Amino acid sequence: MQAVAKESTRVEYGKVLALMGAENPDIVVLDADLSGSTQTHLFAKAFKDRFFNVGIAEQDMMGTAAGLAVGGKIPFASTFAVFAAGRAWEQIRQTIAYGNLNVKIVASHGGITVGEDGGSHQAVEDLALMRVLPNMVVLVPADGPETRAMVRWAAEYRGPVYIRTGRLPFPVIFDESYRFELGRGHILREGEDVTLAGLGLMTHHCLEAAELLAAAGVSARVLNLSCLKPLDWELVVDSARRTGAMVSAEEHQATGGLGSAVAEVLSEFYPVPLKRIGLRDIFGLSGKPEDLLAHFGLTPGDIKNAALDVIARKQK
Amino acid sequence: MKRIIDAGQLREIARQVRLDIVEMLYRAGSGHTGGSLSAADILVTLFFGKMRLKFGEPKAAQRDYFVLSKGHAAPALYAVLARLGYFSREELFTLRRFGSSLQGHPDATLTPGVEVPTGSLGQGLSIANGLALALRLNGTGQRVYTLLGDGEVQEGQVWEAAMTASHYGLDNLTAVLDRNRLQIDGRTKEVMSIEPLARKWEAFGWHTVEIDGHNHQEILDSLNACEQVQGRPSMIIARTIKGKGVSIFEDQVKYHGVAPSKDEYEQALKELAA
Ligand SMILES: Cc1ncc(C[n+]2csc(CCOP(=O)(O)OP(=O)(O)O)c2C)c(N)n1
Repeated sequence: MQAVAKESTRVEYGKVLALMGAENPDIVVLDADLSGSTQTHLFAKAFKDRFFNVGIAEQDMMGTAAGLAVGGKIPFASTFAVFAAGRAWEQIRQTIAYGNLNVKIVASHGGITVGEDGGSHQAVEDLALMRVLPNMVVLVPADGPETRAMVRWAAEYRGPVYIRTGRLPFPVIFDESYRFELGRGHILREGEDVTLAGLGLMTHHCLEAAELLAAAGVSARVLNLSCLKPLDWELVVDSARRTGAMVSAEEHQATGGLGSAVAEVLSEFYPVPLKRIGLRDIFGLSGKPEDLLAHFGLTPGDIKNAALDVIARKQK
Repeated sequence: MKRIIDAGQLREIARQVRLDIVEMLYRAGSGHTGGSLSAADILVTLFFGKMRLKFGEPKAAQRDYFVLSKGHAAPALYAVLARLGYFSREELFTLRRFGSSLQGHPDATLTPGVEVPTGSLGQGLSIANGLALALRLNGTGQRVYTLLGDGEVQEGQVWEAAMTASHYGLDNLTAVLDRNRLQIDGRTKEVMSIEPLARKWEAFGWHTVEIDGHNHQEILDSLNACEQVQGRPSMIIARTIKGKGVSIFEDQVKYHGVAPSKDEYEQALKELAA
């Protein structure tokens, strides 16, 4: 088998940010003692005067980023997703979202594939926390090209943006011509019997699940809903109408994130059988990412079984 | 805008601002009386005697910035902003009403002259730091001012921000602390003591001074002196009286978040009359 190219969304963020630093002098970067992990160290090395480490002080980081935005800069603030969205949620809410400020939060280590560090470090509620905030755009790139495009787009867009990156490398699915469009999802594979909608790593698991289903004679449409907010609700409705059943998949609680967003759209506009793949009201654990994905039911096989389940339900 | 550096003139503006505050709160029927009145002299001296601003132009380039970290003192800020010609004085009396551009706590998207939203305590100093960093990068010599409450410094984020300002040597930042010794549940020293306050800021690397927060000359002199400090941020601890200017409100815990009744309003007008 030919080796698939892999890129980490986290690493690609760091690389593109360092490139953008040379192109746009207004870009400034903040971190809270995790610049090696979030990859902002690349920018820090190249643009010492425009990089601000605030120490282990995430709340202060968000406030400082807000002030930099009011002062006309384009701040990118990074730390682990669990601390960005969790520890500093109220700072984001009260200043950045409420003030509709031009702050870009790029949070790494989203989801359970953080692995060995365990549940304390695995953000599985950050998408819910960010999605509920007015003015906030919420993005979860599925590969390197999409990460680069989203980060570049975020620098041009005026307003708050939350981008979740992952620790692990993912296969590359888009090519370099990819341009991010706000509110647009992507059909990665056409199919008739069921729709599999994912974001981040789970987009890849949806694609693998579609292969498994194809081998069983079932055809699945696969969506990349990397723009979680604003969601491409027309694509969700169109997919429901066309395939009559849907599975959502995310490295996140099954409530509050993509599964909820899809359920909200479907129940209001076009109800079809839906199964939400995600964590079921439970925290993460230490372990190898693949063991954790299996434990929490986030594998391609789990998505395939969910698909068969919703297909059976629609036939009743 | 021409600065007003005469203490007598500043005192007169502060008297009028206090009248506006009382009128606004009375008409609104709710709001923060004590902390607005305690901050009136500081805000008047800062905005009319110190900051580089343009009358009627809230977004003027090269202006100095202000962050009201103790956001509940919004009425005092609004009264000052109206006098800067950012909006009409009549608008002051729509405070807290449905459809008003003057929200209960500062909202930068609605009120001309409000730079950032505040109201959740403990966050303004971080924002002021970010502004100071941005302005320093721009190299335009603009300054940032912020006003904190003394109860507010019980929030941990204030001390994160205190470290950041000092670490980055933000000498274009002056913070003023409204040391009125009261908060909602009682006296600061009883709820959660914050002393030794000046020594805390000094220990965090700040140039720290203590002044009488109702003496316009002292406020002005200290603001001017802080502008000369190099390599570190400045903290002015302003000793104040909560509810200052109206005897029945002065140093009273209960007037923290209550608007004047009709009798209290009439008495306040009498006491604040020229
Ligand atoms: C984070 C947060 N917690 C609680 C409150 C409610 N609150 C409003 S004013 C206040 C007391 C503020 O005391 P202080 O800072 O001393 O202000 P002042 O006495 O000058 O009014 C409190 C607790 C708030 N606005 N924000």
